[in-house]
Amino acid sequence: MRTLSPLEIEAIVLSLKVSGLAVLFCLPVGLATAWVLARCSFPGKSLLNGIVHLPLVVPPVVIGYLLLVTFGRNGVIGRWLWEIFGVSLAFTWQGAAVAAGVMAFPLMVRAIRLSVEGVDRGLEDAARTLGAPRWWVFVSITLPLVMPGILTGIILAFARSLGEFGATITFVSNIPGETRTLPLALYSLTQVPDGETGAMRLVIIAISLALVALIASEVLARRVARRIGQ
Amino acid sequence: MPAGLPGGSANNGMNTIHPVEIDIQRRRGDFSLQVCFSSHGGLTAFFGRSGSGKTSLVNLMAGLDTPDQGRISVNGQILFDAAAGINVPVQKRRLGYVFQDSRLFPHLNVRQNLMYGARFALASDPPQDFTEIVELLGLSGLLTRQTPALSGGEKQRVAIGRALLACPKLLLMDEPLASVDAGRKGEIISFIENLRDRLKIPIFYVSHAMDEVIRLADTMVVLDDGKAIATGGVEEIMSRLDLHPMTGRYEAGAVIPVSVLRHDDTYQLSVLGFGENLLWVPRVELASGESLRVRIRARDVALSRVRPQMTSLLNIFSGTVQEISQDGQPQAEILLDIGVPLIARITRKSVVEMDLKVGDHVFAMIKAAAIDRHSLGMAGIRSRSPG
Repeated sequence: MRTLSPLEIEAIVLSLKVSGLAVLFCLPVGLATAWVLARCSFPGKSLLNGIVHLPLVVPPVVIGYLLLVTFGRNGVIGRWLWEIFGVSLAFTWQGAAVAAGVMAFPLMVRAIRLSVEGVDRGLEDAARTLGAPRWWVFVSITLPLVMPGILTGIILAFARSLGEFGATITFVSNIPGETRTLPLALYSLTQVPDGETGAMRLVIIAISLALVALIASEVLARRVARRIGQ
Repeated sequence: MPAGLPGGSANNGMNTIHPVEIDIQRRRGDFSLQVCFSSHGGLTAFFGRSGSGKTSLVNLMAGLDTPDQGRISVNGQILFDAAAGINVPVQKRRLGYVFQDSRLFPHLNVRQNLMYGARFALASDPPQDFTEIVELLGLSGLLTRQTPALSGGEKQRVAIGRALLACPKLLLMDEPLASVDAGRKGEIISFIENLRDRLKIPIFYVSHAMDEVIRLADTMVVLDDGKAIATGGVEEIMSRLDLHPMTGRYEAGAVIPVSVLRHDDTYQLSVLGFGENLLWVPRVELASGESLRVRIRARDVALSRVRPQMTSLLNIFSGTVQEISQDGQPQAEILLDIGVPLIARITRKSVVEMDLKVGDHVFAMIKAAAIDRHSLGMAGIRSRSPG
């Protein structure tokens, strides 16, 4: 097989970078949200649940457009970010990460929430009767038991971020070297004459990356599950 | 603890153990729990049917649930006082809890489970020695095992060790034998017996099985529908006819503190003594002079107006009728005084034909063969002085 072209490498590296950052930001927020949804009951919980799942059901373009009007240089938060910190997310790879993160968020929350709900609260009670303060119960008991769900969430969110297209192109456009991730590069190739070969190569790369991520998640989850005896 | 010095050692124990005082109320929906009792150490059994509030009571003591009103104090420290607004959180109560379902941490091995609470032990807590506890519970071969692979009995032994190694001020056990195979129950009971005699901390033991209570408990609290309807020594509670609907008619019977006098090798029997009386039972594996408790099931006691002659019965005692309890059932229960309380369960027809009345003199007969090892308890060794 011929080696990857610089443009392909650029798209792959960018995609990995964007997805990595997206997952990094998603994880703490996702964990907290999953925890609240699994453990707390409060008025408006269904609404929160609905909002969290919105990116799964609305067209990605809607999310991209909302991000643009919020975080664009003239957006509500974007203007403030620009004026105070001199940073802007619009048309940057960090912006692409935000778009990918928002789209992947519900998948991560669902995976973690399921495993938080699966933790036997009795084990936490037992740890407390042994003298452990709440934070240590969380660190030493709950977190390890939730770990398979967290890993699944990370991999799912990562894979979803790799494939993110609609929200990204709407929010941060399709700038070579900055926001042209793998799916966007593929889209660009389909728009030019003689792009078929290049497009097919990217298709194969995209499928391979996704498969590797999914298999890795499977193996990891199984190993962790065995270690915690489930 | 040296054998043959029950009084002395028991007194020493008493002075170091401070009382546990509980007076709490809690209401949840239809069920209300209202319990008031105190314990002066040793093993206290919470006895009652399922749904009587035993587990709720233990959870309230541990702090996993909060009473509406009342007070809980252990060793003079107030753990809960509704009036004063005190509610010490679970992790600061320092009470060991052995759950019905073990609740071992599945991601930690046996050693890690055992050591989980040790780091939180305070200097003021009664210290526990890892090696001693591990040996006492027979866990040395299991230390590196993963907990999900353990049998029910092994899990429960690890759970007991884990609770003890957190150096608790007292130990709560919620039906620790419920998830153990019938064949392994005896083994765990011996471990608990050992702990009770070796450790200086009070144990509270939830059970609905009379044979466990008789073997293990010094004191019992009888719970019915959320109320503590009786509190006292096992012998005293078991000789109360009015509690028999609670303690279970089939298993009910007087509990007598006895000591081993001698063994008869020819017939594989042992002679136990109480007061002036001798009780022949199938051989028990205890040295002469050791004390134990025998439950004599009311259904194993027969009565006669005249001293029986030429009978297969080895145990014949003379006594007087103290109380006759009949409540429309075919059987009546007769409380006798043979130096100690003894209960006989005979048909009402027999009561009428023998013309039994309170104060009458009768002979009570007990089949030696009816006294099996489930009827024997060792709690007498360290508990109150006889009488």
